[in-house]
Amino acid sequence: MTTGTVKGIISNLVHVEVDGPVSQNEICYIDHHGVRLMAEVIKITGNIAYTQVFESTRGLMPGSKAEFTERMLEVKLGPGMLSKNYDGLQDDLNKMEGLFLKRGEYTDPLDEDSVWDFKPLAKAGDSLQAGDWLGSVQENWIDHKIMVPFKLEGKYSLKSIVPEGQYKLTDTVATLSDEEGKDLELNMIQYWPVKLPIRAYDNKPRPFKMMETGVRTIDTLNPIAEGGTGFTPGPFGTGKTVLQHSISQNAEADLIIVAACGERANEVVELFTEFPELDDPRTGRKLIERTIIICNTSNMPVAAREASVYTAMTIAEYYRSMGLKVLLLADSTSRWAQALREMSNRMEELPGPDAFPMDLPAIISNFYSRAGYVYLNNGTAGSITFIGAVSPAGGNLKEPVTESTKKAARCFYSLSQERADSKRYPAVDPIDSYSKYLEYDEVREYLDNNIAPGWVDSVTQAKDILLRGKEAKDQINILGDDGVPLDYHSRFWRSELVDRIILVQDGFDDVDKSTPMKRQAYMLKLVLKVCDTDLAFENYEELQPYYSRLINFLRQMNYQPFESAEFKKYEAELDKALEERRVK
Amino acid sequence: MAGQAFQKIYTRLTQITKATCAVKATGIGYEELATVSGRLAQVVKIMGDIVTLQIFAGTEGIGTDAEVVFFGRPPVLKVGDQLAGRFFNAYGDPIDGGPEIEGEEVEIGGPSVNPVRRSDPSELIATGIAGIDLNNTLVTGQKIPFFADPDQPFNQVMAIVALRTKADKIILGGMGLSNDDYLYYKHTFENAGVIDKIISFVNTTDDPPVERLLVPDMALAAAEYFAIQKNEAVLVLLTDMTLYCDALSIVSNRMDQIPSKDSMPGSLYSDLAKIYEKAVQFPDGGSITIIAVTTISGGDITHAIPDNTGYITEGQLYLRRDTDIGKVVIDPARSLSRLKTKVMGKKTREDHPQVMSTSVRLNADATNARTKMENGFDLSDYDERSLEFARDYAEQILAIDVNVDTDEMLDITWALFHKHFTREEVAIRNELMEKYWTKA
Repeated sequence: MTTGTVKGIISNLVHVEVDGPVSQNEICYIDHHGVRLMAEVIKITGNIAYTQVFESTRGLMPGSKAEFTERMLEVKLGPGMLSKNYDGLQDDLNKMEGLFLKRGEYTDPLDEDSVWDFKPLAKAGDSLQAGDWLGSVQENWIDHKIMVPFKLEGKYSLKSIVPEGQYKLTDTVATLSDEEGKDLELNMIQYWPVKLPIRAYDNKPRPFKMMETGVRTIDTLNPIAEGGTGFTPGPFGTGKTVLQHSISQNAEADLIIVAACGERANEVVELFTEFPELDDPRTGRKLIERTIIICNTSNMPVAAREASVYTAMTIAEYYRSMGLKVLLLADSTSRWAQALREMSNRMEELPGPDAFPMDLPAIISNFYSRAGYVYLNNGTAGSITFIGAVSPAGGNLKEPVTESTKKAARCFYSLSQERADSKRYPAVDPIDSYSKYLEYDEVREYLDNNIAPGWVDSVTQAKDILLRGKEAKDQINILGDDGVPLDYHSRFWRSELVDRIILVQDGFDDVDKSTPMKRQAYMLKLVLKVCDTDLAFENYEELQPYYSRLINFLRQMNYQPFESAEFKKYEAELDKALEERRVK
Repeated sequence: MAGQAFQKIYTRLTQITKATCAVKATGIGYEELATVSGRLAQVVKIMGDIVTLQIFAGTEGIGTDAEVVFFGRPPVLKVGDQLAGRFFNAYGDPIDGGPEIEGEEVEIGGPSVNPVRRSDPSELIATGIAGIDLNNTLVTGQKIPFFADPDQPFNQVMAIVALRTKADKIILGGMGLSNDDYLYYKHTFENAGVIDKIISFVNTTDDPPVERLLVPDMALAAAEYFAIQKNEAVLVLLTDMTLYCDALSIVSNRMDQIPSKDSMPGSLYSDLAKIYEKAVQFPDGGSITIIAVTTISGGDITHAIPDNTGYITEGQLYLRRDTDIGKVVIDPARSLSRLKTKVMGKKTREDHPQVMSTSVRLNADATNARTKMENGFDLSDYDERSLEFARDYAEQILAIDVNVDTDEMLDITWALFHKHFTREEVAIRNELMEKYWTKA
């Protein structure tokens, strides 16, 4: 085992002189008066290993001893992760004693003594490879597969497997033989280094299915595909976090993993306290039963923040290998990029744009590429849909993290200060935002078959109305209300209809906060019908009060249960109002 | 702060900059305190046997033969009930002529609270200021800054907030306060008869800038004592955090660190987060609420300081002089309290959330109308009405000198809706309209 001696300390960057071989990203423990501080090697020069310590280095002295583990930063995978609150290093926060986080306190992410009902899925004699399902246990309402460890290479034959029954995590449940006849005993636990993707699947096609989020401005205008990637940049105060929470509560995923990296502690507490209480609209159970929270509050050490998104992604890949639909949300990847910058800065590397490391774009695109829809070796499919929140410095969408992410992610949900200022939430800008998936033939076909024939055309129509409304508004602002033709006012008000009924959604209203796709399709059709209706006006002053009425009826509809008596009542009133001015 | 007996004294300084010095020494811990020629300093870098120290009071007059004495411990504050009513400097030493504090020494800038041990903040803080209570309700355990141009009366507003808030202790962390502002706070607190619940850590512009780095940690160490040991609701006022950040950049610059955006150190986010995240609601009832001031230049919130602050804090309050009424208001459009939904309509009246968002929306319409007017266009009837609404709204609701309770704010706002708009224009959920519109 390689050991080392601390030579230098600059904040959490510690120089360790080593007496043997070390690897990049290897984990070591530095002894500080009996407390073991975990650290990761991030650079090696000669016999000096530069390590980033995942803890405060206060009081650490040169001369302290370090032990190297010959392992990279790993997660421990197995049944029992659901509903857990982990930090970025996968410590179970609930197992930590005391009010404050203590240095060197690392806790087991799994409960090794827990007992599970194991059902074998493979039988003796089967030929297996990494990622294949050996058996399953019920973890909350998820059918948790026990898999052949991802790190095994080549083919194995299953020598024996235990019969259905109750087993501890650490009990041997299967024995594999490799090609040379060597036996390998497996229990329900496996390890995987977080910075490497899990590739135990057959192939990764282009995403083709839509994933509902319940958020109208996403689903209706710029849908995300199952296994797709998206990101939401926005200046602070434009509602990134609220949008992410809203998506997490309503999206049609089997499993939700929330990575709060460098997030406000009170928002993390909200996740911890509100999620357990929330009903899952899809299963009628509690949302927390299909949620894992990885959190690093913004004041936790910066290196652990860097690790947290990888930890979350690796856990997502693990569940994807079971054939599940995983939704991974990270808030915010800018904090993660800042963590990279902070370390790069400490190592006195030559900076790239805005002092970020030069390889930032590569790191980001590499990370996003770990999401995706995959077919497993047994023909079933699993997916990771990833939505990252980006906090662009100064709200500037040209800054390096936003730019790099734009190249990597397929959906762009741009949050606008202007919309946030006028409390039009979610503040996703309908003009700037896009979904590349709308261009995919396979996605268009899926939407035609599953929502409505010609759906993408309706969406395009709505987008055109919004764009023309914006142009009309600009003209009105330049030329004045009476300086433009009446038609400009009509265009503007039609876009207001689409905006305030389809785009604006009250995240705090029980009914309005999540809209199923069927209802979204109905409302879009209705709004387009209103926009298509020829209405007669004498002068521009008649438009504002009239359209305010229409908007009010439609808004009240949004607040009522779908197809309820009240809902229909407002729709009838809307029709009546349309009749008043319809061009016969 | 003299060193203790039998300590090794080092005298071989190898480097001196405006804020730091380096000395050959062994057996030194990171972040350890020391004195250099009697001036307090802290270890910020160790490379082999070369230890770099930031000297809080500056290095003016420090020689290469200066005596360096290491303390063997990080900065501490003596905490105890005797802190109440007292004024201290950045080192926690009394500056009010009173006796030294006898008490337990605690490390300042200590570890983070385990997030699973925090409680969800849910206790409302009422200030009587509608820009806060009505539009941006605060809760205990929250952290929020005022974003203000230097010409705004932010210290006065902070003092008003402090005095109207029902806190058990108010802890002032003053960084680079002008002597006049320091005296203003002192007199305001004394005259209000609340001096016994106030503790101040003050660094004025007379003091060296690097000392400012200690002030927030001192204030928050004291806050943790009262919030944890005594289960008290503690309000911490930090002014001005921009000057704190400037001190950070001085030190990192002297250490030849590669500067990040706006010449700030790359660790600015982490540095600020360490301070602001001390805001917490503890399960046993104690809480730390942080209200800070971040001065901004020309309203530029894209600068690294307000930008990073905005991403850490739970909202921000903008002070603005409203030219229509000639008074200072809290800007309803730009201001935000992220935790307001925890109490709005739950601890306050049911109509609160919708009244708030509607009034802000209608006020935004007035802003558009004003732009039209400034561009020389005719105003529609609706434009005229929204402008009248905005004026009444500023005068009767937003102005800082209005001091009413939240129910009254809601009633006044309903009355203004009724006076200037139709039901359709207000478009609040029907059940609420039936109940409050008719009464207004």
